[in-house]
Amino acid sequence: MKTGAKILVESLQREGTEIIFGYPGGVVLPIYDELYDSSLRHILVRHEQAAAHAADGYARASGRVGVCLATSGPGACNLVTGIATAYMDSVPIVALTGQVPTNLLGNDAFQESDITGITMPITKHNYLVKDTAELGRVIKEAFYIAGTGRPGPVLIDIPKDVSTKAIKDPIIPEKVNLRGYNPTYRGHKRQIEKALQMIAAAERPVIYAGGGVISSNASAELVDLATQLSIPVTTTLMGIGCIPGDHPLNLGMLGMHGTEYANFAITECDLLIAIGVRFDDRVTGKTDTFAAHAKIVHIDIDPAEIGKNKRIDVPIVGDVKAVLQDMLALMKKAGVRDAWLKKIKHWRQHHPLKCPQDGRLHPQFIIRQMSELLKGDAIIVSEVGQNQMWTAQHYCFKSPRTWITSGGLGTMGYGFPAAMGAHFARPDLPVFDVAGDGSIQMNIQEMGTVSHNNIPVKIAILNNMFLGMVRQWQELFYDRRYSYTELPPVEFVKIANAYGIDGVKVESSDEVMPALRAALDCDGPFVMDFRIEREENVFPMVPAGAAINEMIGGHPK
Amino acid sequence: MKPHTLSVLVENKSGVLSRVTGLFSRRGFNIESLAVGPCEETGMSRITIVVIGDDEKVEQVMKQLNKLIDIIKVSDLTENERVERELALIKVTAEAGTSRAEIMQIASIFRAQIIDVGLKSVILQVTGDTDKIDALEKLLRQYGVKELVRTGRIGILRGSKIVASLK
Repeated sequence: MKTGAKILVESLQREGTEIIFGYPGGVVLPIYDELYDSSLRHILVRHEQAAAHAADGYARASGRVGVCLATSGPGACNLVTGIATAYMDSVPIVALTGQVPTNLLGNDAFQESDITGITMPITKHNYLVKDTAELGRVIKEAFYIAGTGRPGPVLIDIPKDVSTKAIKDPIIPEKVNLRGYNPTYRGHKRQIEKALQMIAAAERPVIYAGGGVISSNASAELVDLATQLSIPVTTTLMGIGCIPGDHPLNLGMLGMHGTEYANFAITECDLLIAIGVRFDDRVTGKTDTFAAHAKIVHIDIDPAEIGKNKRIDVPIVGDVKAVLQDMLALMKKAGVRDAWLKKIKHWRQHHPLKCPQDGRLHPQFIIRQMSELLKGDAIIVSEVGQNQMWTAQHYCFKSPRTWITSGGLGTMGYGFPAAMGAHFARPDLPVFDVAGDGSIQMNIQEMGTVSHNNIPVKIAILNNMFLGMVRQWQELFYDRRYSYTELPPVEFVKIANAYGIDGVKVESSDEVMPALRAALDCDGPFVMDFRIEREENVFPMVPAGAAINEMIGGHPK
Repeated sequence: MKPHTLSVLVENKSGVLSRVTGLFSRRGFNIESLAVGPCEETGMSRITIVVIGDDEKVEQVMKQLNKLIDIIKVSDLTENERVERELALIKVTAEAGTSRAEIMQIASIFRAQIIDVGLKSVILQVTGDTDKIDALEKLLRQYGVKELVRTGRIGILRGSKIVASLK
């Protein structure tokens, strides 16, 4: 005889789960009791939102499915932002929630919430398990759905009586059988050939690569293809790391805060090869003018993304890695596209990203120092806002899964807990969370978790005493009316100290490197409170709804 | 912009209908008509949805529906030879006398059946396409339609072709 809780823990172990981020409560008591004797590691967070983000950070850093656990009602509801974050960025997590016993379902029982109803629009799939006998199959399916095809979060809601009931010989299937779910992995050969012909004929091709390249582990293939066919590559925020930051063909990020040269290249290209991307509005700006002179090839595993925002000439539905491998096998090496690359080189020289050098403490400088110190051998996580954009622009990422950020949902408070998860995925690498003073305060309670478990996450707070990105928009588009964006100064080092964490306050640029070194050398968590120029802006910038070559804060053309 | 009739084969599981309708509302697609019932396969149901939109929008609806795990197949019947039907039950004021005879005459023209007769009303049952039911309703209005219940539209392909064989 095995209880539902035991079946759950055994199933998780069968799926290769090493760690769960969670928070106990009434209806998950049977599950926690089972975890007490289990070899499964559990990290007690200080708020369930952090559990979901930590599972997400673990998944992004490792490529495996992350797992979080919360109780019913408020516990489950607190996971929602984390689940939505994972959904928007296609991150594989399995969220386990307790639920009131089946006989009380629908009764407005204590701590009851309809979490499967609530999460229906933000999960790839979800389950309410009403019978212990189904639990093994459901967990098997949940991991399969989360981790295959276009990855995404799956939630399993488990009523208390389902986890306490013991059954004889529970069935935990080896394979899943889902007639409604069959992702396409191999691209259509004729479409691939057509794309290759178009590449051969193109004079000014550009690859636009996104998170799909990272999640399909296709970075090596991408770099190989770009190099052999001499095609410059621009990446989305989610695609950063799929080609080394210092690779000669890498144009950096495109879109709203992209490099000028990437946006110029998109505007002037005659062939756009979109790989694992979804033509998000932050990338395209005004869609009509985005790559207006180009034919478009779009490779993606999700057929619903093809043609959603932009007309596509050659759609290829398939796993990015499989499609790129087929392309590499079928392609003929191209000559160097001299004129086009020369033009891009000219833009690159005359329109570089700006890094102010006036001796004051600028955030761009801090990020560049971090890049110099860590040399790509670290995982960099960010919060959302200016801190995120400065990091995306100025840090030189060398490999995939070393940049972890909330792109689609733009969740402030994501970075710190995601960094905890990333540490458990890659304990061999230092993990830095680049934060703002606004974002860090959205999940600052996790200082308790990192201190308690000695999780060596280094928090670099770019403290401008503002909600910086919103302030920037107010400055540029609302006549400097700083409506509710100013924050009073906070002594973050003192907060860290109260949790037993070391830290340092940094007020001048010559203190930056020593602070970063101190963080790196410290065995445990560490907090850096960088008091940066308060009204620094993220530039260049494409105003919302403008064409992406209409940037402000760049260089004169 | 024209109506498309989508035939959606789904797992017969609780919550499937709310997954489908939730998808329509959050993606801003309007459902014109909806009908659900069991089908030829055990464990599956068929949902017939009529949605109005241009071809690209409907294609996006179908792709999004296909992503739902409990949906097995989505087919658009619109470009095919097909039969579509709705059913309506109409309770009409009909005092004994001339109006009742007229209503019965109208019913017979529309091949509607009188399925209940009361002292002051009759109930008509009619099947047909949307236009036919609309026309009947319009005619019956003058006598006083007390209540009208309509099913959603259902559709099936003509000949031996079946929905499962559509691309």
